[in-house]
Amino acid sequence: MTQTIVGIGTRKGLWFARSEDRRTWQVDGPHFLMSEVLSLLFDTRRETARIVVGFRSSHWGPSLQHSDDLGATWVEHPEGSIRFPEDTDTALKATWQLVADPHDPQVVWAGTEPQGLWRSADGGETFELNRGLWDHPHRPEWGEGFGGGAIHTVLPSPADADSMLVAMSTGGVYNTRDGGRSWTPGNTGIHAYFQPHDEWPEFGQCVHKVARDSATPTRLYAQNHKGVYRSDDDGVTWTSIEAGLPTNFGMTAVTHPSRGDTLWLVPIASDGERIPPAATLQLQRTDDAGATWHTQNAGLPKPSYTNVLRDAAGVDTADEPGLYVGTRNGEVYATTDGGESFTRIVEQLPDVLCVRAVTLP
Amino acid sequence: MTARVVLPGLLRDLADGAAELPVELGAPAPLSQVLDAAFEPWPILASRIRDERGEIRRHVNVFVDGEDAKRADGVRTEVGPQATIHVINAVSGG
Repeated sequence: MTQTIVGIGTRKGLWFARSEDRRTWQVDGPHFLMSEVLSLLFDTRRETARIVVGFRSSHWGPSLQHSDDLGATWVEHPEGSIRFPEDTDTALKATWQLVADPHDPQVVWAGTEPQGLWRSADGGETFELNRGLWDHPHRPEWGEGFGGGAIHTVLPSPADADSMLVAMSTGGVYNTRDGGRSWTPGNTGIHAYFQPHDEWPEFGQCVHKVARDSATPTRLYAQNHKGVYRSDDDGVTWTSIEAGLPTNFGMTAVTHPSRGDTLWLVPIASDGERIPPAATLQLQRTDDAGATWHTQNAGLPKPSYTNVLRDAAGVDTADEPGLYVGTRNGEVYATTDGGESFTRIVEQLPDVLCVRAVTLP
Repeated sequence: MTARVVLPGLLRDLADGAAELPVELGAPAPLSQVLDAAFEPWPILASRIRDERGEIRRHVNVFVDGEDAKRADGVRTEVGPQATIHVINAVSGG
């Protein structure tokens, strides 16, 4: 019997929803009560699945812990998993992203606030700062979005072990093609309407989330602070695909894990009205890489004035993948038919910051 | 002579349940040195109170004989050989 686990990171702790049929769910938690859980990784590359969690307490600071028994017990590295080197004179604020490397089963990548990219060679127990990006001459000019200056998207290429994309708001997209030694901004075509002197800058765009196409690794999608884009050259140049969407604003973007050209967005009315368009919580799905979109809201509440944050949506690894969407009013909605119908699996949690899911044999 | 670092209840599990940690001092010393000595066996506890630069975290307060160290000289505040140091979580949050 397979088991699906949905990890729900919230402003005040982590919960797990577990199910054997994806219809009835048992919820346990909170883990890390009173900590913001911003990042979560289910690492199934190991003999025993590992969960890695990045969280921060407003009092006691950030931490990263892992569990090799599906959340029953947690291990914290005594020296701290992610520590800025002394010469940087910098302190870690939070870990925003944890990603499994597609080429090396021991390697885990982390994106942090302040804007750092980190590589772990021991499955997420200890990390080393990527100096190529940290020493980039643009770094002093990277701004901070509302959430702070963080690398919130880390996308290693499944096709090329030396290639990776990272993104931050407000710094934009950066790419490496030499294993992280050098980094180049990849923002051509992304509009930065808020820049008073140059609305098409080399960097400084407020990208909210980037997702990689599952069939064509050099195809990427970006949900920006006003703007939805596609890149067909591995994140170098971008073209708008927002025609047909109710709005061009939103936080999250999730690609179908096995079907190419398929992407979900959760639109928000605008940056000045951070509620669903027409007060209708909805997903927008494309099956043709952004040429056309259709609305999916069956089973979602209406009217609704909630919101879905950048990492608060995720897919499991079942053959017919489930999609899970967490809201700022502490609910999680699930679909196993590609978004045609949703059911609420959790309610009355604190606001949801990240959702990740896994299906285990 | 012995200074004492008094822990809040929330952090005592990280020190095997100890409510306070003794630090032997022969002469006045900076707070950073006293905290380093007190937390030496418990690096996770140390990381809850100070960041990797050694600074006291924003919403943690450390009082040396009743005086807020952040309003004095931070981790460079002088600690007497018989001082009492209270670590407390600041009143904040929602």
